[in-house]
Amino acid sequence: MTSLMDHQARETVGYSFSESTAGVKQHGFYPYTDNGGSTLGITGSDFAILAGDTRSTSGYNINSRMVPKVFKIGGDDETGEGANIILSVVGFAADGTALKERLDTVVKMYKYQHGKPMSVSACAQRLSTILYQKRFFPYYVHAILAGLDEEGKGALYSYDPVGSYEREQCRAAGAAASLIMPFLDNQVNFKNQYIPGSGEGHALVAKKPEPLPLETVKGLVRDAFTSAVERHIEVGDNLQMVIITKAGIEEVYHPLKKD
Amino acid sequence: MDKIVAQYSRPSHQNEFYSEQEQQDLTETLPPLSLKFALPPVANPSAFLRAMTDDHSNPSCPIKLAHGTTTLAFRFQGGIIVCTDSRATAGNWIASQTVKKVIPVSRLSRGEDKPSNEPTPGLLGTMAGGAADCQYWLRYLSQQCTLHEIRHKRRITVAAASKILANLTYSYKGYGLSMGTMLAGVRTTASFLPSNQVGLELTSTAFIGNPQEGPALYYIDSDGTRLPGNLFCVGSGQTFAYGVLDANYRYDLTEEEALALGRRAILAAMHRDAYSGGFINLYHVKEEGWVHHGFDDMNPIFWKTKLESGEFSNVTSEL
Repeated sequence: MTSLMDHQARETVGYSFSESTAGVKQHGFYPYTDNGGSTLGITGSDFAILAGDTRSTSGYNINSRMVPKVFKIGGDDETGEGANIILSVVGFAADGTALKERLDTVVKMYKYQHGKPMSVSACAQRLSTILYQKRFFPYYVHAILAGLDEEGKGALYSYDPVGSYEREQCRAAGAAASLIMPFLDNQVNFKNQYIPGSGEGHALVAKKPEPLPLETVKGLVRDAFTSAVERHIEVGDNLQMVIITKAGIEEVYHPLKKD
Repeated sequence: MDKIVAQYSRPSHQNEFYSEQEQQDLTETLPPLSLKFALPPVANPSAFLRAMTDDHSNPSCPIKLAHGTTTLAFRFQGGIIVCTDSRATAGNWIASQTVKKVIPVSRLSRGEDKPSNEPTPGLLGTMAGGAADCQYWLRYLSQQCTLHEIRHKRRITVAAASKILANLTYSYKGYGLSMGTMLAGVRTTASFLPSNQVGLELTSTAFIGNPQEGPALYYIDSDGTRLPGNLFCVGSGQTFAYGVLDANYRYDLTEEEALALGRRAILAAMHRDAYSGGFINLYHVKEEGWVHHGFDDMNPIFWKTKLESGEFSNVTSEL
């Protein structure tokens, strides 16, 4: 409790670091690179979409124009066949790949040992513990997991680097998250939209969010990325869209600007 | 010679599949307490972690963790009120406005997905500080509480559950965990489970000699602090919530008054603290269990409070 009072700073829940070395930075061990790029996920009543650009950068250099960020989990290594869960990772690509490999292994082991595919909710919690196991040496990634839940509805879970997670309707992550997320709040959850003529001033009735049809969502994803490409240097080249429905997983690529 | 033969006569594919240990590592959901967490290969892991994740001392740190903010809980004659905001921030970025900062603990009797107005037995935990730390360790606590229910054929007391968590945070002291949590629950004689619920025969003598605990509230944080109390506010908005709560709190509040006070205190914190906001999440812990009283957008509640009761008169309502 003392530490709560002593903290004059904005956050009153203290950290339990042993000694205070504010301003002191450790040099010589910096194991992370930010590979840029952005991802986004949206769900509907019977589908989920994960999308990401395919550019890979480090600093101002574009190292590759074709590094996909969305992966099929628990399917065939080459084709992804048999998978019912998809994962997107953005941040440090090496950590992202390591995380994807680890989750893929866990989901496959689950299938072999239990004789049934892992549910999305179980996989979501497992991913959380995988991330937390590196609490003291974190994966530098923002992950989004998607699939269909037990009722066949689209399910989407988003994560912070050490594994706090939440089920949501939509989420943008990565370099252009701050550009895309406000757009999604407005267009998917209808934030700050009111029913015209329903009242004056404070009596205006807010528009209620409802699940969007697949074609509308595909349009939103493409608009979000074409707009992000215009204003963010780390986003571009190609748009990878992975759509999961009860018919299976469809993967499509669209060109984005190459500058 | 035998040694050399043994060395070369092993089947060549012996090491091709996962060993027992590796399989267990991959399938085990929780690491044991013996620090199975990955550590960076440096002399001082916590200094590394701080440089990478602590935006207090290093605002340009590469990994921004989601943090939780204003939470409150207080005991009154009708039980315990638990109320939180729903904002998570990573630096100045609002990472989420829909965080569930009240986490049901004790899995056997959780039933959180069932839509029902019936009270759900079990404890409630709140989340302030690092979102992942709170979620993960309250999940760990749920597991321990469930094991307690199975082993001892009765639900765990709040005192015991809070001690598990406090011992845990104390053992990780210095590693950089960040959490400030409150545990609320009521344990009465009704908490002794019928034998069919745990699948074990129960003799009637098992009931004797267990005094009822009643409504209990504990504060636990990442320093290892564990305090019982009647009223706590935790997080960056705690001072604003304390201001409202201390002015209006009485032990003999009616249920309706208590719910309104909890909501009003969080509203004040959301209004004055930039790191708090979003939705008001309200719970009431009663003898029979906890009841959820809504996850409501703060904006209409704010304007209703202002326009109908004349509070917040420094805010102009002209558009």
